[in-house]
Amino acid sequence: MLDVLGQPVKRHEDDRLIRGKGQYTDDIRLPGMVYAHMVRSPHAHAKIKAIDIKAAQALPGVLAVFVGDDLKDSVGMIPTAWIPPNADMKMTPHPALAYDTVRYVGDGVAVVIAEDPYTASDAADLVRVTYAPLEAMTHPRDAMGPDKPLVHQEISDNVAFHWSVGENLDEVFASSEVVVRQEFRQQRLIPSAMEPRSAVAQYNAATEELTLWATTQNPHIHRFLMSGILGIPEHKLRVVAIDVGGGFGSKIACYPDEVVVAYASRALGRPVKWTETRQENFIATSHGRDHVHEVELAGTRDGDIKAIRVKAFSNLGAYLSTAAPGVPTILFGLVVNGAYKIPQASVDVYGVVTHTTPVDAYRGAGRPEATYLIERMVDLYARKLAMDPVQVRRRNLIPKESFPYTNPMGLEYDSGNYQGTLDKALQLVDYPQFRREQEALRKQGKYIGIGFSTYVEMCGLGPSEVAGAVGFQGGLWESATVRVHPTGKVTVFTGASPHGQGEETTFAQIVSHELGIPVEDIEVVHGDTARIAMGWGTYGSRSTVVGGAALHNATQKIIAKATKIAAHKLEVSELDVTFEAGQFRVAGVPDRGMSFANVALDAYLAWSLPEGVEPALEETAFYNPKNFTYPFGAHVAIVSVDATTGDVELMRYIAVDDVGNIINPMIVEGQIHGGLVQGIGQALYEGAEFDDQGQLVTGSFLDYAMPKARFFPRFETDHTVTPSPHNPLGVKGVGETGAIASTPAVVNAVLDALAPFGIRDLNMPLTSKKVWTAIQERGGI
Amino acid sequence: MENHLTEITMTVNGVSVSRNIEPRVLLAHFLREELGLTGTHIGCDTSQCGACTVLIDGEAVKSCTVLAVQCMGQSVTTIEGLAQTTLHPMQAAFREKHGLQCGFCTSGVMMTAIELLKQYPNPTESQIRQGLDGVLCRCTGYETIVRSVQHAASLMSKQELPQEEEVG
Amino acid sequence: MRTAPFEYHRAHDIDDALEWLTRDGDREVKILAGGHSLLPLMKLKLATPTVLLDVQGVSELKGVTMEPGWIRIGALSRYVDLTRDPTVAEALPLLSQVAATVADMQVRNRGTIGGSLCHADPQADIPAAVLALDGRLIVVGPRGERRMTLDEFIVAPFLTVLEPTEILSAVEFPIPSGPQQSVYLKRPHPASGYPIVGVAITANVPTPGHLSNVRVVVGGMGSKAYRAYATESTLNEKELSPETLRQAAEVAITEAQLSDDADVPYHSQLIRTYVERALHRLYGGVA
Repeated sequence: MLDVLGQPVKRHEDDRLIRGKGQYTDDIRLPGMVYAHMVRSPHAHAKIKAIDIKAAQALPGVLAVFVGDDLKDSVGMIPTAWIPPNADMKMTPHPALAYDTVRYVGDGVAVVIAEDPYTASDAADLVRVTYAPLEAMTHPRDAMGPDKPLVHQEISDNVAFHWSVGENLDEVFASSEVVVRQEFRQQRLIPSAMEPRSAVAQYNAATEELTLWATTQNPHIHRFLMSGILGIPEHKLRVVAIDVGGGFGSKIACYPDEVVVAYASRALGRPVKWTETRQENFIATSHGRDHVHEVELAGTRDGDIKAIRVKAFSNLGAYLSTAAPGVPTILFGLVVNGAYKIPQASVDVYGVVTHTTPVDAYRGAGRPEATYLIERMVDLYARKLAMDPVQVRRRNLIPKESFPYTNPMGLEYDSGNYQGTLDKALQLVDYPQFRREQEALRKQGKYIGIGFSTYVEMCGLGPSEVAGAVGFQGGLWESATVRVHPTGKVTVFTGASPHGQGEETTFAQIVSHELGIPVEDIEVVHGDTARIAMGWGTYGSRSTVVGGAALHNATQKIIAKATKIAAHKLEVSELDVTFEAGQFRVAGVPDRGMSFANVALDAYLAWSLPEGVEPALEETAFYNPKNFTYPFGAHVAIVSVDATTGDVELMRYIAVDDVGNIINPMIVEGQIHGGLVQGIGQALYEGAEFDDQGQLVTGSFLDYAMPKARFFPRFETDHTVTPSPHNPLGVKGVGETGAIASTPAVVNAVLDALAPFGIRDLNMPLTSKKVWTAIQERGGI
Repeated sequence: MENHLTEITMTVNGVSVSRNIEPRVLLAHFLREELGLTGTHIGCDTSQCGACTVLIDGEAVKSCTVLAVQCMGQSVTTIEGLAQTTLHPMQAAFREKHGLQCGFCTSGVMMTAIELLKQYPNPTESQIRQGLDGVLCRCTGYETIVRSVQHAASLMSKQELPQEEEVG
Repeated sequence: MRTAPFEYHRAHDIDDALEWLTRDGDREVKILAGGHSLLPLMKLKLATPTVLLDVQGVSELKGVTMEPGWIRIGALSRYVDLTRDPTVAEALPLLSQVAATVADMQVRNRGTIGGSLCHADPQADIPAAVLALDGRLIVVGPRGERRMTLDEFIVAPFLTVLEPTEILSAVEFPIPSGPQQSVYLKRPHPASGYPIVGVAITANVPTPGHLSNVRVVVGGMGSKAYRAYATESTLNEKELSPETLRQAAEVAITEAQLSDDADVPYHSQLIRTYVERALHRLYGGVA
């Protein structure tokens, strides 16, 4: 049998998905099921004066209309699950339905439950809410201060926390040969998973159990938090997420709507389904990014970076979402030095609440923001020194002999060959030739540019001790159960909760490789708290790194036990038994042995097991990683800018990534592609905008520019392999690399193209209008 | 206003269906909620994302922007109607070339691509990318979708060869 | 999203349709053709008609017919029909070209020329083509038929002269006499695909290097598609050169009709650039 590890095995999950047989939450139909429709605030900030539900209640087919006052004594506040240490963090009480004040456009104020979704929608239109509108704040830096309209009375200056790391660098900057300063705007993004959020709750009054099907990336975290909110003990609460149509961070959070359907099901004794519209998704599902960064870089005239200092203002929206406080702090502030041996760094983060949709993780979560600022600063530094940006990168990249490398924040980077990926990328672009061509074209009034991003990121979240130390209110280990059936077929139960990443396949490949059985004989079960012991879900590029390692450990336990059983049966010492390609053999006697399946059968028959060995063949491992993993690489973007219109065209994109060992190259490439398009989307197309009243003006796919197929050239991808010593599989994680690396590469390329105009920086997205206007402001062409 | 019911008869995946429905029921909802054909997904409200694309009388249409009653007497094909005993070449190609990740947009993308190949049996990469204007995918970055459509084109041209020989 | 409730009726022929429209003056009756403008509005509850009158089965509203000097295009003709119909492609290549740029394949399979015109969205492609090709909109109502230009038909964004009792039945276009060149150059919005600017130009080519009967139409920009008359004058009967094309584009800015929320410098630049580039394409075809 072919060893499938490292092979482009076709995905197991595709068999159902390409036939339209996936089981997404909105596909669920239960007998007696009724439908919820939310009534949401049209104001960003207002007092609720009155809610008139009579007309809605009177509509035939309506079962109930609930408002905030109905829920507030029965269900608890929605908590945040990340409390960064020493940050003086204040909580933002978040009711499932607002009952006094609404704090963003989309804040839920009532829910209608009806026999069918059309009636629920009609009745929602009949709920009359009287508001007294108040002034709204939408920008993080502007919202700070005691004289501003407050989002929560408990937070007197709208600053929910102030988190710092690093030392005082005043002297370093005062005595530095060169200082570069720049402000960056990390615009707000709408994650836009193609599947809108959905939840179905079914309360069983007889057993007092509640089952919640939900579009979540982390069913066990949901159960943990929902148990507290609903007052239903964890052993009576089951959370299920079978197929989830993408998340990108937006399906980590515990949402009001999920609490509401759970409440309604318990109140009405009927299963209740709620599915958001895309319009609701835009305003009521968490957003991403939205920072302002004031950045300073100190360096020598020769091109050695000495220090980086960042003051960040992070817009958290109206309530602190589940993982929100960790994103602009831990996941951002600890890696602002990027892939460079910068001796000193300091980061100051103000977490600010505003009258906008809550902000939480979005693909990369904190690391794209950090990577963007350092990669942009390196380019600005190179420009100030009139040095080539590649040369500055080479000088400052952490050399491969320095690993493990401890960065100024104390993180230990696992392994790397950063120069190696850069070398490979440069070969693919033929850099000297590009510069010659660029020079020649500029003389003809044509502007092309090249941009680099030699990134590293921290993922594979992560060691639970670190999770505790940085204030994450959970563990970050992972579980795996390997259940070998009497026929030798295997069911894997994982605490990871893949929603498009393909772990049903990669995990089967790991087991197939280790147990020597075909992938077809392995089923991977995920996303059901009733079937899986415990787990922390899928985000932070952690599933294969942490969940895969747990699976490896469980499989090793299986092999250890099976070896004992095989030795007993073969009447030899355990030490004389080898296991390879699914066969137990007696060392030195090639024809004596037994298959894995036969050992499994013996384990279940238990007619004759060795002393002290229990029947059956099932093992569980709980794997707590020693450290994070640090994928890295070199990305290069080549763009042309039409100075007449400001149009940016992405001509080539080269990505050389090192994500450690690769289990399935097809899936790895797909993850990189997807990340690239999201990262390039941020650079060129996407941006959420609010008006002064806090209305989202980019509130549909008619306005918010989701990348389309025709925006992109064919990507050129390659890789190097530097295994991570931090886990037994040597993998580093790949889910976020593309989104982290590509944004600054593209922006650097556009600004390289615009260098003849003296344009130093532009805020993303780099729309044609913005680029053209900048060219005009500097004298035009 | 009273919600009058209207009788509707159409053929869905080769089977004739009749229902009394409210006229405002969108085809996408009719397929999903009346007929339980949940392979057709709804990803937006504004006819942008294309996840709900089905074939009506062989043409790709966004079923969230069509009333079920408008399909009186017409023939609708959904993702569930593509595979017979074996996978449709488009399905086989998407599996082979990793044209999907979360799978939510996939039904609509494949239905769109089926019509695309009718128009361009041997499409260029640019024709495919332009032809996918009516679908959004957040997972794949589109490149593997492009490869899948190219692969499907090659599978379908091979499939059609014997028929052409018969004709010749 | 879901629409509000409504009554639904199918009209069998045009008289039947007109009768439905006049039957009860208190009720808002909307005509449903392809539904790709109306249904999205209804889902957003921006339109809540009491009655939807489905005219899909009305054969008088369908088809492309040639008449001496004219080509008649039924209001129910879908964008895809306009791109594929050999008569349209032969006589009115501009209309085929414009229709091929509308939205995406799925929408083109459903949306109709009549629906687009009645919707009167300033960010639509079709009006520019109708204006450039000097189309006449045929409106039928209880008092018979009236014919009008696009300018007469569209009053303001999302507002036409169509009475509640009337139906747009067809658009008639004069068949160009002599060799005609045409071009449509569009800049689609990256999200919606609607034209940020769409420049449609038709012209006769009496002799190579000369144009006559030039019609330059700018769509997508202002409250409705408009003819750039001064720009046309700089081109009519003039000897063409890159310089005259550049000058024409400059003139186009002076008569730009921008919307209130336009970024004047940038949108002027787009008009200049797209007029000039469209003219170059046309010039490339006639030189």
